[in-house]
Amino acid sequence: MSTTGKPTNGGSALIKALENEGVDTIFGLPGGAILPVYDPIIDSPIRHILVRHEQGAGHMAEGYAHATGRPGVAMVTSGPGATNVVTPLCDAYMDSVPLVMITGQVPYGAIGTDAFQECDITGITLPVTKHNFLITEAQDIPQVIHEAFHIATTGRPGPVLVDIPKDIVDPQNPRSAMEWYEPGPVDLPGYRPLTHGNPELIRAAAELILRAERPVIYAGGGILKARAAEALKELAELTRIHVVTTLMARGSFPDDHELCLGMPGMHGNYTAVTSMQEADLLIALGSRFDDRVTGKVPDFAPHAKVIHVDIDAAELGKVRIPEVGIAGDCRLVIEELIRALRELGAPGELPDRRAWDSTISGWQEKYPLTYQMSEPGELLKPQYVLETLRDSTPDDCIVASGVGQHQMWTSQYWKFNHPYTFVNSGGLGTMGFSVPAAIGAKVGRPDRMVWAIDGDGCFQMTAQELVTAASERIPVKVAILNNAYLGMVRQWQEMFYEERYSEVYLSPDLPDYKMWAEAMGCVGMRVESPDEVQPAIDKANSIDDRPVVIDFRTDAREMVYPMVAAGHSNSDIVVGPSEGDGGH
Amino acid sequence: MRTSDDANKPQLHILSVLVENRAGVLTRVAGLFARRGFNIHSLAVAPTEDERFSRISMVVDVQSAPLDQMIKQLDKLINVIEIDELAPHEAVSRELLVTTVSAPPDVRSQVIELVQIFEGRILNVGQESILISLDGSPDKLDDFERLLRPYGIEAMQRTGRVALPRLHQRPSLQVVDDVS
Repeated sequence: MSTTGKPTNGGSALIKALENEGVDTIFGLPGGAILPVYDPIIDSPIRHILVRHEQGAGHMAEGYAHATGRPGVAMVTSGPGATNVVTPLCDAYMDSVPLVMITGQVPYGAIGTDAFQECDITGITLPVTKHNFLITEAQDIPQVIHEAFHIATTGRPGPVLVDIPKDIVDPQNPRSAMEWYEPGPVDLPGYRPLTHGNPELIRAAAELILRAERPVIYAGGGILKARAAEALKELAELTRIHVVTTLMARGSFPDDHELCLGMPGMHGNYTAVTSMQEADLLIALGSRFDDRVTGKVPDFAPHAKVIHVDIDAAELGKVRIPEVGIAGDCRLVIEELIRALRELGAPGELPDRRAWDSTISGWQEKYPLTYQMSEPGELLKPQYVLETLRDSTPDDCIVASGVGQHQMWTSQYWKFNHPYTFVNSGGLGTMGFSVPAAIGAKVGRPDRMVWAIDGDGCFQMTAQELVTAASERIPVKVAILNNAYLGMVRQWQEMFYEERYSEVYLSPDLPDYKMWAEAMGCVGMRVESPDEVQPAIDKANSIDDRPVVIDFRTDAREMVYPMVAAGHSNSDIVVGPSEGDGGH
Repeated sequence: MRTSDDANKPQLHILSVLVENRAGVLTRVAGLFARRGFNIHSLAVAPTEDERFSRISMVVDVQSAPLDQMIKQLDKLINVIEIDELAPHEAVSRELLVTTVSAPPDVRSQVIELVQIFEGRILNVGQESILISLDGSPDKLDDFERLLRPYGIEAMQRTGRVALPRLHQRPSLQVVDDVS
């Protein structure tokens, strides 16, 4: 039954507009300016998850989007509520996460008067959103919400903020009166997301691929955003070209595939890093030549021609000028590339690359990831905890990590064999991301086991969201790799500041993580010796009615290797501590 | 051949940017240039013949960043509809200068003569100074300014450059909104 033309108010129309977009969950926290919108939520089928801090709402919405591919939605009030979501917005902007953020605003007439909890959030978030809107008339709400979702989810995805003054959503205010209507087609004359690649360029790329003797596919987060994992696999198998998966692309190509080389970059494995350095062709698909991948740019992959495919034309040539730059949707372009390759005779016409393949397998044999197992009485090795956890969880388990050493070890030691199983903060490097992101992922994928792998420093930043998880019955599991330090900073101070440790010690016992977890309604455990690791994980995996937190006491001396020091050439990769201090 | 001296000079290109005529659009454009480290040399903005749109004429310094990046990043702004790059020799550009020049009676005739030579206009005459306007190409305005300076410029304001492509040549408009 059509409700077009039915009198309503802006607040009800906002909730109805969100329902229309298929929203099933809003992460949020109410306050003065957004209050009128919280009334119609009571009667809506949309699930609202009440967070304990607005930053948590933003990261939960991100985790939801990472895990499902659907836009995450969060709603907060004006002023401090809005400023508290700036970090998640920036995080989502850097990692191209589709997000719609609704913020309350003071009444339209009060804007500019320094009213209570007034804040120019559209001004503040200009540089960290794909786009933002300040709605001024109730009548615009359905159309603007529709456009916000369109912008967030098409082209290069990203966060969109919609700021809504209180008077246009408050039924007590005549300015909120409006007639409901179904939003029409989007009217955004300046927004035309690219889709198909230029056929001539695709053919040129195919010809380069057919001539390359040492090609490597450099897969980035765009593969996941474009739902292109299947296409990537077909391309790799057709051409028998090895694939590196960046931090944002982990899982987009299965780690257990014979052509997978794993993560490149500052803490990438030797083979992934070195194969790119030695390649004569890099096929960059949805990747952006981030400094953590390239190291010193002039020395990055010095012998390689570059094919660069990205939906964002501004990425082509931003860091490295490609020989062939194709602006377009990664999935469509890869499919078109596969067709072009077949037309040109692939796989029959491929050059003999056995020498390159054996060079790669030689590196893999010579430089595997390794660590020393702890001696009896020593603290746990974080890698051992991760390997045990990896081997004790289902293949499609979703892992959310924070930022730092534990994040790098997770990316290195986990086996990501399915897309959308690794949720993490790549571009912005937001400490505190993992707990709320894991909660959001679990809400989006309740059928999956979800583990947050966190550091003790990160955990203290957003742990209060476990109260949200406990009260909403969202059974995420958290492994804290507790080395009592801001570990990555400690590592840099050890390597580059002559072991002068400045403001990095946190204490293993303060807070008491087990008691803290229990106080938040979770099951809390502490694990100190290797033989306790497996039983604790098994116990955690058996609990499905509340969150679980395990405090793993790990060795602070352990450092992340391999490592390319910041600003150095990737050819200066240091494989392990025996190779020197890494600082050169 | 460029000398090292030339290499440090700004290299100016004109971008004619059609945008939606909405609150905050200029902030988006200016903010983008600021945060990406692109230099704006001058800027002029006004509504077009179609009131839904405004045209921003901006002179940018391509020494600060590649023009291609500026155009592609601009194109990502939702409110930016079309970007035309006008190569300096293929554009007709105009700027307006208004200035108050010290012109006591003994030199007033010299100043007036300069204004006549440059086809400027005298807008206002006082006891000791006169107020002049001149429109024209930025080079012409530069010359005028240099010649007036010895008399004493008391106040001066120049607008940013506005530009459209030349008509009598082959179409020289490089439409760059489809950047594939």
